[in-house]
Amino acid sequence: MFIRMIAKAFLRQWKKMAMIALTIALGASLATAMLSVMMDVEDKINQELKAYGANITVVPKNSSVISELYDVEDGNITGSYLREDELGKIKTIFWAFNIIDYSPFISTTAVLENGDEATVTGTWFNHHMDLPTGETLDAGIASLRSWWDITEGEWLDEQSSMAEHEAMVGTAFAEKEGISAGDEITLDGDNEKLTVTVVGIFDAGGEEDDIIYVAVDTAQALGGLEGNIDSIEVSALTTPDNELAEMAAKNPGALSVSQYETWYCTAYTSSVCYQIEEVITDSVANVVRQVADSEGQILEKMKLLMVLITILSLVGSALGICNLVTASVMERSQEIGLMKAVGAHNPAITGLVLCEILVTAVIGGVAGFFAGIGFAQIIGQSVFASSISLRPMVIPVVAVLIVIVTLIGCIPAIRMLLKLRPTEVLHGK
Amino acid sequence: MSLLELKNVSKIYGELHALDHVNIKVEKGEWLAIMGPSGSGKSTMMNIIGALDRATEGEILLDGEDIAKKSEKALTNIRRDKIGLIFQQFHLVSYLTAVENVMLSQYYHSVPDEKEALEALERVGLKDRAKHYPSQLSGGEQQRVCVARALINYPEIILADEPTGNLDEANEEIVVELFRKLHQEGTTLIVVTHNPEVAEVAQRTIVLRNGKVDHETINENFTGKIKHITLM
Repeated sequence: MFIRMIAKAFLRQWKKMAMIALTIALGASLATAMLSVMMDVEDKINQELKAYGANITVVPKNSSVISELYDVEDGNITGSYLREDELGKIKTIFWAFNIIDYSPFISTTAVLENGDEATVTGTWFNHHMDLPTGETLDAGIASLRSWWDITEGEWLDEQSSMAEHEAMVGTAFAEKEGISAGDEITLDGDNEKLTVTVVGIFDAGGEEDDIIYVAVDTAQALGGLEGNIDSIEVSALTTPDNELAEMAAKNPGALSVSQYETWYCTAYTSSVCYQIEEVITDSVANVVRQVADSEGQILEKMKLLMVLITILSLVGSALGICNLVTASVMERSQEIGLMKAVGAHNPAITGLVLCEILVTAVIGGVAGFFAGIGFAQIIGQSVFASSISLRPMVIPVVAVLIVIVTLIGCIPAIRMLLKLRPTEVLHGK
Repeated sequence: MSLLELKNVSKIYGELHALDHVNIKVEKGEWLAIMGPSGSGKSTMMNIIGALDRATEGEILLDGEDIAKKSEKALTNIRRDKIGLIFQQFHLVSYLTAVENVMLSQYYHSVPDEKEALEALERVGLKDRAKHYPSQLSGGEQQRVCVARALINYPEIILADEPTGNLDEANEEIVVELFRKLHQEGTTLIVVTHNPEVAEVAQRTIVLRNGKVDHETINENFTGKIKHITLM
């Protein structure tokens, strides 16, 4: 009889139920879309923010100490170097999958044919690596310095057999020396004299515009620095730092065992730095604070915005449900009064009404969930140019939210139902 | 012991005394009519006897038990177990068929039994209309469904509020005939009515005025059959 009553009540007022289902579907779709994007946005935004460059720099320990003492930012003034043969180890740390790009730098000076002195920096452009894990990685400044504007020529291709005899120069240097793409320049280094062909001229908008960039081997040969690296710039997907991360960054030894495990197993920038220091001998990994902070702030703001949209959409749904269910109960007041008159207790009638609404909520919720997945994909494609992966966690969260919103929306109607006296509706008194 | 006894029952709304120290006794198996002009307190009395409302003061003894101070839940149980209600406006659930409307009363009482509900409809001559919805039934037929719904749980009292108020003469006769049969079977009937013809067929009539019992008449020639007065 219960099911028969629900089914028939449902069919009789299908228009009202369809409106309730639509209201719930709207709330569910927005909640699903926002939660899906929110849970996936961290990676997406991190990837977007990688365009702003590396967020970690690794330097020799001695160099770091001197830099801190004398506030010197650039240049290897200590003669300490990192080991080139350890570069691959960065992709073996616990958070290896979060290391999306990195590049070593080794600087030396060379004298040009006209007697001018120039800074020559060896780096990776599109360096191909076969990792011990069996994976491959193409890393280097071609992706790490994606904002460089190639004004002439093209990026240096490290896969080319001529890569060791090629260079890229900044616009300031090219203008000063009257160099165009395709020209050859002779570099007289501390150790060797080499002639390189300029394959590209870039505009970085900074001090880099005065530098000649060559392959690592070329720079090492010029300066007699074989196997040595000045610094490494790393671009890693990280979690915004919190109190624990800040405490760990100062002194990981001060953490308790459980705090240490939590910190170590979370992709905080400080945690990733710590792990890099573990694999690169005598190194110090520093956070590029400006980039890391921006990432964290943008992420937090984006998440807050999405949480607010989710809350507002659910509040809107609750208000809509409230109006529709209250109208439905008012419309059925005589029927409810009759049920009470023939001996129905309040819980039985409340159960009947709630069951009808919850069945509607399930229909609306399922429809809204799938619509929400669609909305999330539209957001993903239009904002991040990639699909948003559905996290299984979204399903129970949306289900619980919909049940809560539906129940909250039903409260005024249920209160009215409980207060309804049969005499008022059956005799009009 | 009377089946129902009202002792000094009053219902007061602010300054208005809808019922004013009313004393009534109803014996088991009796057919009582309650009459009176509008505002005399008929419906208030029906609500109080039907456990739909509480008296402001006084005792209401049903089967010797005072229900005046019972909780809302206890009053619901009394309505469910002891009272069969019939309304002037029928109050059938529009999306349930005739038999389902009868089963609704069973559902909140015990267990719905379609066979028993069909038997109840057969008693009121509507077995062949069991699968019809209220909108497909005439006023008289709807009121007969109400009677079937009221008697399905074998209540101690059937309480009818203007049961023929919305019916034509032919249907009025059918409903009164149903009451006569129920009375013959031993059912206690309390019928609130404006209609003297319907009141006259009862064994006893109580007339209310200004919330008080004005007078009481016993039908010496009780037959339970309606006698229409033809206006010349």
